[in-house]
Amino acid sequence: MAKGDRLLDVVDLSTHFRTEEGILRAVDRVSFHLDQGETLGIVGESGCGKSITAKSVMNLVPQPRGSIVGGKVLYHGNNGTVDITSYHHQSREMRKIRGNEISMIFQEPMTSLNPVFTIGDQLMEAIMLHQRLGRAQARQRAAEMLARVKISNPEQRLDRYPHEFSGGMRQRAMIAMALSCNPQILIADEPTTALDVTVEAQILNLMQDLQDEMGMAIIMITHDLGVIAGMADRVLVMYAGWGVERATTEQVFYTPKHPYATALLQSIPKIGVRKRLTSIPGSVPDLNNVEGGWCYFAPRCAEAMDICRQKEPPTFDDDEGHTVKCWLWDKQQTGIKAG
Amino acid sequence: MSAKTILEVRNLKKYFPIQKGVFRRVVGHVKAVDGLDFVIREGECVGLVGESGCGKTTAGRSIIRLLDPTEGEVLFRPGEQEVDMAKLGKDGLKRIRQEMQFIFQDPFASLNPRMTVGRIVSEPLKIQGIGTQKERMSRAGALLEKVGLSASQMGRFPHEFSGGQRQRIGIARSLSLNPRFVICDEPVSALDVSVQAQVLNVLKDLQQDFSLTYLFVAHDLSVVEHISDRIFVMYLGKIVEIADSQELYESPRHPYTEALLKAIPIADPKLGRRREALEGSVPDPSNPPDGCNFHTRCRYATDLCRSEEPVLQGQQGNPEHQASCHYQNELQLAGYMARGAG
Repeated sequence: MAKGDRLLDVVDLSTHFRTEEGILRAVDRVSFHLDQGETLGIVGESGCGKSITAKSVMNLVPQPRGSIVGGKVLYHGNNGTVDITSYHHQSREMRKIRGNEISMIFQEPMTSLNPVFTIGDQLMEAIMLHQRLGRAQARQRAAEMLARVKISNPEQRLDRYPHEFSGGMRQRAMIAMALSCNPQILIADEPTTALDVTVEAQILNLMQDLQDEMGMAIIMITHDLGVIAGMADRVLVMYAGWGVERATTEQVFYTPKHPYATALLQSIPKIGVRKRLTSIPGSVPDLNNVEGGWCYFAPRCAEAMDICRQKEPPTFDDDEGHTVKCWLWDKQQTGIKAG
Repeated sequence: MSAKTILEVRNLKKYFPIQKGVFRRVVGHVKAVDGLDFVIREGECVGLVGESGCGKTTAGRSIIRLLDPTEGEVLFRPGEQEVDMAKLGKDGLKRIRQEMQFIFQDPFASLNPRMTVGRIVSEPLKIQGIGTQKERMSRAGALLEKVGLSASQMGRFPHEFSGGQRQRIGIARSLSLNPRFVICDEPVSALDVSVQAQVLNVLKDLQQDFSLTYLFVAHDLSVVEHISDRIFVMYLGKIVEIADSQELYESPRHPYTEALLKAIPIADPKLGRRREALEGSVPDPSNPPDGCNFHTRCRYATDLCRSEEPVLQGQQGNPEHQASCHYQNELQLAGYMARGAG
């Protein structure tokens, strides 16, 4: 596959959870795509559905409460196009894709590594599961991977336990494990949130280097706009289960269209600018049992119009792939920004 | 600045013993805070920053005596008289906490889930025996309004509030006794970006309205810059640099500060592409390196740094800007502005 080829098409993905209070629409008709070798950033605040979107792509929605109720996740792999949502989450086909072609790393590397096995055991398990290698070869490959993520003395480190690693080193080990089978897609769910800024910079630089070397596409999920600015080629902004804006990183940062994206960018403290912070009033609505039919951001939106409270906005596209789910951009009706 | 000193900390140390074996024999110490000296002046906001494990939270907790310091003095001057917080007994501490309060990091763990918000906010008044029940509740209501909640929410329980709202409740509680000095321990770290801005604005307004002095502990340099007048940078239990906030960002004097500034993520795709990363990680605080603590990760380190420990001292011609680096007068370090932002 060449750089720029389409790898993933997510179309109208909806993932719901059954809770005691009713149906929770964690992901509500979200669409995006991913090309070979690029980095897509998914940004949003806690509870906006960004992690569940990623888990849906991996077919790892928490069972039995959650399920993918609509949409498609089309993966264009080496063996043709498959719809991931059509597979059972434990099926043989799914397991072949998961870890082998699409890998994932998580926020807290301590909880995703097993404390009673050595780092080497865990790396080798992943390698032997997906590749036809013997123990000795798998061990060699594991050591290579540790060296690749710049862990010194990889041979000795294979026999260490996760608790003997620092937070940054654990995340490196997780990356080594995720990349050990040369996946096409790496999904990183807040990979640096638990780390200090200096270690965060190390890990992000490492991910960029590995991407240049190995050519995988990355889906980077984070709440940190600074991380997105540094890593992503394109951005999907999520709010309350919706994808509210989708564009290139430059477009989102310099000419954002959705009032939420604009407000989010203004609320980050900027060094050297000591003016009062612009905050977004209120907080994210409770998504349990919400009656649809209005814009979930309207109560916090400074530019909300009558229609925003009466009708859900559709997604508008400007022909250059910059999409926005906001009535302000409606050409036909009231949209005051559509020009 | 001519304002009077409200807090003076001298040689503050907090060591945690490492115990081993059946008899819990002490085999060493984690030197979480290892000799802090600084003053805080009335009405200012001082930011205390550093990576996790550098001892910033332990420092805050040792000052207000949530932890008992191993050594050192904490001289607090709320009014005319001066008290050494480190030596106070139980009654003295209870009295002095009317003047010094604490805001906790985790808004989910620091509020009692079985108490109504009104009780939570008025609890300090009750402990101090101030006012009648009715007076206390009306004060709680007024405080909730002050932090942007409504007095009508007093009968609700913490779980009915979002993270940002809970942090406001914690702030209201810390202000119920009308303190002069508040230690904020990472008050916005657990909050979403849009909510962080709300809480930071509330803290800033309250500082004016109640003429408060803050010690603001944080790991996030951009948040600290926004709220602080001066900044203390900590590394491995020690303060490595003290400077006026703007000056610290423009012309740092310690290589560690420089490295921290280089690592700040910038929310601008043209500037934030690749950050220069500090190699390695923080050494084990139970076995700190010889000489300068930072020499294992410092790109400018020499033999002098590996053998001799620098002292925190003022710069030539600028005694207010202190750094503990042998070469602080020679090195030309790059500030944050050199990255093209700001």
